[in-house]
Amino acid sequence: MKKKMRVLWLSAIACNGNTHSFLNYPYMEQFLDDFEFIYHPVIDSEYSLEDIVSKEITCDILLIEGAISKEFKRADVSVVDIIEKYSKIVQKIVTVGTCATFGGIFRESGYEETSGLHFDKEEPLKTHKDLLDKTISVSGCPVHPEVLVNTLYAIKKSAALKLDNFLRPKEFYAYTVHNGCTRNEYFEYKVDNHRFGELEGCMFYDHGCQAPFTHGSCNKILWNEVNSKTRAGVPCMGCTEPTFPRQNLFSTKKNMAIPENLPVGVGKRVYLTLAGISKAFKIDRLEKKLIDD
Amino acid sequence: MLDKKQLKKEQIIQTALELFASKGFYSTTIPDIALSLKMSVGNMYNYFKSKDTLAIEIIKYISAYLGEKLKEINEQEISTKEKTRKIVEIYFKTASLKPEMIDYFLRIYLSNREVFKESCEGMLCVNEFVTEIMIYFEEGVKCGDLREQDFFSAFGLFMGYLGGMVFLKGENVLPKDLNDYVDDITFNIYKALSAE
Repeated sequence: MKKKMRVLWLSAIACNGNTHSFLNYPYMEQFLDDFEFIYHPVIDSEYSLEDIVSKEITCDILLIEGAISKEFKRADVSVVDIIEKYSKIVQKIVTVGTCATFGGIFRESGYEETSGLHFDKEEPLKTHKDLLDKTISVSGCPVHPEVLVNTLYAIKKSAALKLDNFLRPKEFYAYTVHNGCTRNEYFEYKVDNHRFGELEGCMFYDHGCQAPFTHGSCNKILWNEVNSKTRAGVPCMGCTEPTFPRQNLFSTKKNMAIPENLPVGVGKRVYLTLAGISKAFKIDRLEKKLIDD
Repeated sequence: MLDKKQLKKEQIIQTALELFASKGFYSTTIPDIALSLKMSVGNMYNYFKSKDTLAIEIIKYISAYLGEKLKEINEQEISTKEKTRKIVEIYFKTASLKPEMIDYFLRIYLSNREVFKESCEGMLCVNEFVTEIMIYFEEGVKCGDLREQDFFSAFGLFMGYLGGMVFLKGENVLPKDLNDYVDDITFNIYKALSAE
């Protein structure tokens, strides 16, 4: 029998959203053939949480879900202590989701100094620096199950993943969510005649879409293999970024009609010049409804 | 070689501007411009295929000229109020030193839309100038000096006021020199746009 990789899924200050996302992975049977959970909060596993905190169970990968605070305990033991214990014996640590990576929504919880493992929003932390070489971050609220699983397979195959400045695999995070968006034609010609749920119009100009400056593969690796937020008619909320969650997710912050956040790598002067040219086009086909008239 | 041709083009533009200002756009012909430059009409057409093409190139030239001046202002580390003053100053200075430029913008570009409708849709031909005004507004709002509002209401207020003053000057209605109004106009514009 081939050797399975042993994985510990540790839930810190979390809503279990990443767990639920992971349970939608379509090839779970295959996955569980190659990996086993020594502990997972909702999947049957060999050991109990008490076993995990009281003993030292052999393990290859430590997955951390949820924001981290030394004040927060699981089975009466601080999560930081559990992380420190297992980080010494595992090959790799994976921060699963935006909370474990940057602090996310639970950064606002009442626990003292709540953050991600290595980052407090964009700011690198001084703590756990010795673990930097071991850590891979897969951000997202929640993380896309294929991004998580494919990262685990890369670890299993000892494939060298190139990481960005936030330790995220470039394979999945070098692109922006804008890449692969089916509304790109509307973006190009600055047509924002969108209403929520509609499949036409760009949502960047008025409806808060953060896809042009959010790193992620949502429009390249679809959710449940069929859809993404922008395809379903909802703006990208930038959930893979350290800035998540922003306020007013459904409106675009503008200064005198100019979006405050521009597409990654595009200077303001260049953007305005291009926008001015694009806006000169009046394309009737895009201005009116294509379907459902 | 490009420079030489470019230089000639600029000479034609400058001469055309002066003739349009003195004789009017429709009364000035390509042969008139050629004569002023001591060029043959045939050679003129090597530079501009028609009077309409020339008209479009002129507005782009003016937009690039003013855009470059505004870019220099936008790139300075100064307050929005100071930027406002410098924009007013440069606009009036241009209106004094090169009155034909502002005159062309106000009297020809804005009142002969049919000439410009083919290649100058929207703000295409004045893009460089408008982009810098947008940056001035955007940075002003971002640093909290200016009030967030619709771009065109702010743009109309700013440019309408400046254009109006130059127009009055051109009609010899203004009792004082344009430059004597810089302080008051800066104050009025800034107060109207200010976040306070």
